[in-house]
Amino acid sequence: MAATALEFEKPITDLEAKIEEMRSLGESVDLSEEILMMEQKVEVLRQEIFENLTRWQRVQLARHPERPYTLDYVNTLTPDFTELHGDRGVHDDPAIVGGFGTIEGIGSVLFVGHQKGRDTKQNVYRNFGMPNPEGYRKALRLFKLAEKFRRPVICLLDTPGAFPGLEAEERGQAEAIARNLFEMSKLEVPIIIVVIGEGASGGALGIGVGDRVLMLENSWYSVISPESCSSILWRSWGFKEQAAEALKLTAPDLLSIGVIDRIVPEPLGGAHRDPDQMFATLRDVLVEEITALRTTEEFEHGKALERRVKKFSKMGYWKDEN
Amino acid sequence: MAWFARSKENIDRSAIKATDTMPDGMWVKCPDCKEILYKKQLEDNLFTCPKCDKHFRIGSDEYFLILLDDGVFVEHAATLIPDDPLGFVDTKPYPTRVADAIRKTDLKESMRLVTGSIEQIPVVLGAMDFDFIGGSMGSVVGEKFARGIDIAIATQTPYIMISSSGGARMQEAALSLMQMAKTSAKLAQLANARLPYISILTDPTTGGVTASFAMLGDVNIAEPKALIAFAGPRVVEQTIRKKLPPGFQRAEFLLEHGFADMVVHRKEMKQTVAKVLRQLHTLPL
Repeated sequence: MAATALEFEKPITDLEAKIEEMRSLGESVDLSEEILMMEQKVEVLRQEIFENLTRWQRVQLARHPERPYTLDYVNTLTPDFTELHGDRGVHDDPAIVGGFGTIEGIGSVLFVGHQKGRDTKQNVYRNFGMPNPEGYRKALRLFKLAEKFRRPVICLLDTPGAFPGLEAEERGQAEAIARNLFEMSKLEVPIIIVVIGEGASGGALGIGVGDRVLMLENSWYSVISPESCSSILWRSWGFKEQAAEALKLTAPDLLSIGVIDRIVPEPLGGAHRDPDQMFATLRDVLVEEITALRTTEEFEHGKALERRVKKFSKMGYWKDEN
Repeated sequence: MAWFARSKENIDRSAIKATDTMPDGMWVKCPDCKEILYKKQLEDNLFTCPKCDKHFRIGSDEYFLILLDDGVFVEHAATLIPDDPLGFVDTKPYPTRVADAIRKTDLKESMRLVTGSIEQIPVVLGAMDFDFIGGSMGSVVGEKFARGIDIAIATQTPYIMISSSGGARMQEAALSLMQMAKTSAKLAQLANARLPYISILTDPTTGGVTASFAMLGDVNIAEPKALIAFAGPRVVEQTIRKKLPPGFQRAEFLLEHGFADMVVHRKEMKQTVAKVLRQLHTLPL
């Protein structure tokens, strides 16, 4: 399994290369015991590295080029995903995808998520997962459909940010995001948010208001990317590691300050190391979450706004001099 | 909910408050038309250039004076100040940054919340001060905004917000981001109560503030030539690697593209707001 290795994984890949070398020698000499020992060493090392990830290392994992994206999840979790296109105004924005699909044990749900591309051509088509206003407006159209037909909504967040382009500004990027925050806060169906990769700022939050907010173990979510934060506060691009530390942008950080509700564990080494395990974990979590939401009294029709105001009003810290 | 009486006269701080667009001294040069203006004359003109109508950047004090009847108001939640839940340190610690801002501006946060009246119509009014850490929105702004809406609903009064902000405050990271959701959800409550929300956009209103409450007015009113954007012009320029057309992201551009209802001169702001409120908020037939 040759996943692209990140720099901090080098000690692991070095050892793995050595094992490979020993294997090829093994045809003439018996090294099976040494190989076994080395393999155990690799596992220990892997455990050690991934239990002590820095925040910046998690950001790198969240951006790993082989990490599963929205459509990978959706197509695995539902046998019948039907993608719906267009904002009915300007055009279809491929940086946000959405549609209905059936999850076993839950029934039909609406999936909406940011979509990155796997290669250069795909990334140009998907605009690197950076939506234009039409993406948010398409999402809103689909949210309303879900409300009309009483289907739960699952949003998968994975964007480096809303696109800061000329046409995006012209067509009201800010209004599109603001409108979604307003409308999502009162949508009368359960909404579950899962940050699966990068949760950059308003571009992520624009499809990120809901009843439960989850993060995959190695995703990040903040008001700004570490790079941009570095360039603004340190006036240099060189402080991204420090910025990542300062921003406290990992899942454990955000769980501890009450911004998210739950961390979804990833396979050792990151979601891309074992996508099937990742899909299975997320499916179980979603089934559990939606089942729980459906049986909670609070979730009866007409109370969506009340419970979301309650949820988001709690987020924040201040001192009162009085 | 605590109601706080104003503790001091607020009227005359404007002339001594230093900003980059309002230099100290008797005379001010208009940065647009280069006209040399006597400061008193500028003040009498509500800090707009008598020659070219350039709107100088002003703070909450000045707006309360300009908009509210007799400049009279009661301030609310005035004792809320930022906390530092993340222990945020960049080139200096966040608490130091806050302390510096408090000392420099004589304010406690980048937003103030008051109640008063506009042409006899009772209103809840919020105003942002760009001088305080770039008018950035953190937990306190979100909380004040939310309390403003609670007051508006409890007293059945319209809500008006004057925005001037660089966006969400980086030093509160994800918590700042969540204030966008918090304020927008509160606005949905205000809408359910059928109370008008007027958003007044002043120079500059950008980032997370534009992408939440500033764009959600039942009526959006912009001051002339105000920069109103999601991504700032420099970021857009870097993205498209082209020079931006003149007037891009200015108030008039937003009007043309359908994101502002009107562009209103500061001198006509009060009567315009009053007119809109009367049209939306008088008792139904």
